[in-house]
Amino acid sequence: MKKAVTVLTAIILVLISSAVSFAVSAEEVMKKSQAAFLYQGKDFKARVMMRLISKGGQERIREMTMLRKNFGEIGGDQKYFMYFFQPADVKDMTFMVYKYHGKDADRWLFVPAISMVRRIAAKDKHSSFVGSDFTYEDVSGRNLQEDAHSIVKEEKADGKDCYVVKSAPKAADMEYSYKMSWIDKTTFLPLKEEYYDKKGELYKVFTAMEIKDVKGFPTITKRSMKNLQSSHTTEVSYSKTDYNIGIDDSLFSERFLKQPPKKWIE
Amino acid sequence: MNKPFHKRHCEAFAPTPASYSETREFRLNPAQVCVYFFLLFVSVFCLPSSSYAVDVSIHGFFQGNYSLGTRSNPDDGDFKWAEERVQLKLDVNKEPFHLFLKTDAFYDNIDRKADMELREGYADYTSGKWDLRLGRQVITWGVGDLIFINDVFPKDYEAFFSGRPLEYLKKGVDGIKIGIYPDIASVEVIAIPIFEPNNYPDSKRFYMFDPMPNVTNREEKDPASNFENTEFALRAYRDIAGFDASIYLYRGFYRKPYMIPDNINNTTKITYHYPKLSVYGASLQGRALDGVLSFEAGHYDSRQDRAGTDYTAPNSQTKALIGYQKQLREDFTIGLQYYTEYMHDYSEYKKNQPSGLPKDKKLYQLSTLRLTQLLFHQTLRLSFFAFYSPSDRDYLLNPEIKYNFSDHVWAAIGGLIFGGGEKWSQFGQLAKNDNVYLQLRYEF
Repeated sequence: MKKAVTVLTAIILVLISSAVSFAVSAEEVMKKSQAAFLYQGKDFKARVMMRLISKGGQERIREMTMLRKNFGEIGGDQKYFMYFFQPADVKDMTFMVYKYHGKDADRWLFVPAISMVRRIAAKDKHSSFVGSDFTYEDVSGRNLQEDAHSIVKEEKADGKDCYVVKSAPKAADMEYSYKMSWIDKTTFLPLKEEYYDKKGELYKVFTAMEIKDVKGFPTITKRSMKNLQSSHTTEVSYSKTDYNIGIDDSLFSERFLKQPPKKWIE
Repeated sequence: MNKPFHKRHCEAFAPTPASYSETREFRLNPAQVCVYFFLLFVSVFCLPSSSYAVDVSIHGFFQGNYSLGTRSNPDDGDFKWAEERVQLKLDVNKEPFHLFLKTDAFYDNIDRKADMELREGYADYTSGKWDLRLGRQVITWGVGDLIFINDVFPKDYEAFFSGRPLEYLKKGVDGIKIGIYPDIASVEVIAIPIFEPNNYPDSKRFYMFDPMPNVTNREEKDPASNFENTEFALRAYRDIAGFDASIYLYRGFYRKPYMIPDNINNTTKITYHYPKLSVYGASLQGRALDGVLSFEAGHYDSRQDRAGTDYTAPNSQTKALIGYQKQLREDFTIGLQYYTEYMHDYSEYKKNQPSGLPKDKKLYQLSTLRLTQLLFHQTLRLSFFAFYSPSDRDYLLNPEIKYNFSDHVWAAIGGLIFGGGEKWSQFGQLAKNDNVYLQLRYEF
């Protein structure tokens, strides 16, 4: 009898612990999330409107067309092409990124006023994207192997069942000590992300404000990043969003950086 | 001033001519501008617009630009530059064609005159594997930061030394550019039938070295516009192991004037000319050492003085630079460059250079430092740029603060400080021209 109780207790413990360790691993969740968030389709296009809103309410606009093409598998290489419409002092500028798995990206900027293409030395992790609250990494993704991921809990966010994943950078060179992500169990899109600083205090919040289905791909078409310390917010909305439009490899070249084809940027 | 016998042709920064002070700018008279606009509108409206959309956009800016010297100018004026300017950029698109016009109208408060200039004006045709650009266009080649080896196209150094926005350092060329894009490499070929020299500071506004200040009879001889004098430039580029690799060829002329005295022992007249030049060069740029690494080199073949014996034309030179830029922390970037020029046939140069005139060194060296800090969501930019020549021991320092008040309005305040070296060296001769400048722009 005593033996039976011990066995039963052990079985219950195993059941409980397996429930706590969840059906999928945190790495799998983040990998699926990366695929849904940043690698959907063979290629992607959107007209991106960024509103940079200061504490005092002053707004600055960054408007661009963003084109992205995947090369290789999920989490692998990608190329980005961006054309700026606004503000006026950067109009007609173009920006190209070759993103690689496991090493820093190559970046080129075309400055039309002097007809010059030049490489930009910038680090993904520590660079604000066009002065917004998003970093380059927030825009084009982070290498998942650079963080230790764990599923902390499951709960609803925006009425949807989510995995809540804690991702802590393995290296100490990041601005944040860890990030909590609410990943939708159905679409695997991040609905919310919270960034905690070195003191463990929440200081930056990402929110998916609108999700639309585009060609069968659930897509975050409105998002925001709010810095709680500076009270500066960036709101981003996508329009003319499309997938699998057949972007040619040759678009990602100096030739078209200097003369962006209308059919792709409009 | 002039450094007529000063053979260095550091395209980095070569202040020159001054006593030859006629400003050479792309200025069009209002009638010419009207003709341009008329032709443009005719071409726009002649396009079959019913079924094909023609996309027209107009942008531009209003700008005030003032530069105050720390001491009075040679002509007793206080300002190196003082103007209000409006720029209109007109884009007309109907693929595969594209028309672009960039026209400035300005009022010069120093000379009290209004004028217009066509900065750029060209038509593009784009096909699958090639394209063409015809008209006035700005071309920028090479990987240097304010150091130009294979960028053989005209510059306006007066604009740079007067604290004008950087885009005014580049002048357009009137010519045709053809781009060809086979899989193996991309190629740009340029033909320029009309010669355009560099523009140097005005001797009324800038103090510069002149070895013959008493000779007032001076004239300039441009290369005649004929087929033989048409300049050709070619650049072929591709990726090599993650590096952007380019080769460059150029056949044309030096854009800096060199002097020919009528009689070296008793000069009564000086003629300026632009000696024949060919350039063969290459560059590499890529990600390395946690930053961006750049190399560029070029051989300047002075076709009029291959033996190095003619003191009225420069000797051939080999030029090279290495550059490195790195982001040290968020929104803070550092850029370093080292540049050198080696003069060929130096013994001939020394032997033939008339006595009493400054002599260049066999090896010229120049280094640069650029620091850029962006703040407040990249709306405030603090920058510092310095040239220092280890061989001539002269320098140019350029601190600047730029703030974007809104998406439409920005202002920049900066300083240009020259000094060191000799009274004829590149930056040393400008020692009395320190100035503080303001650029204020509304863009739309």
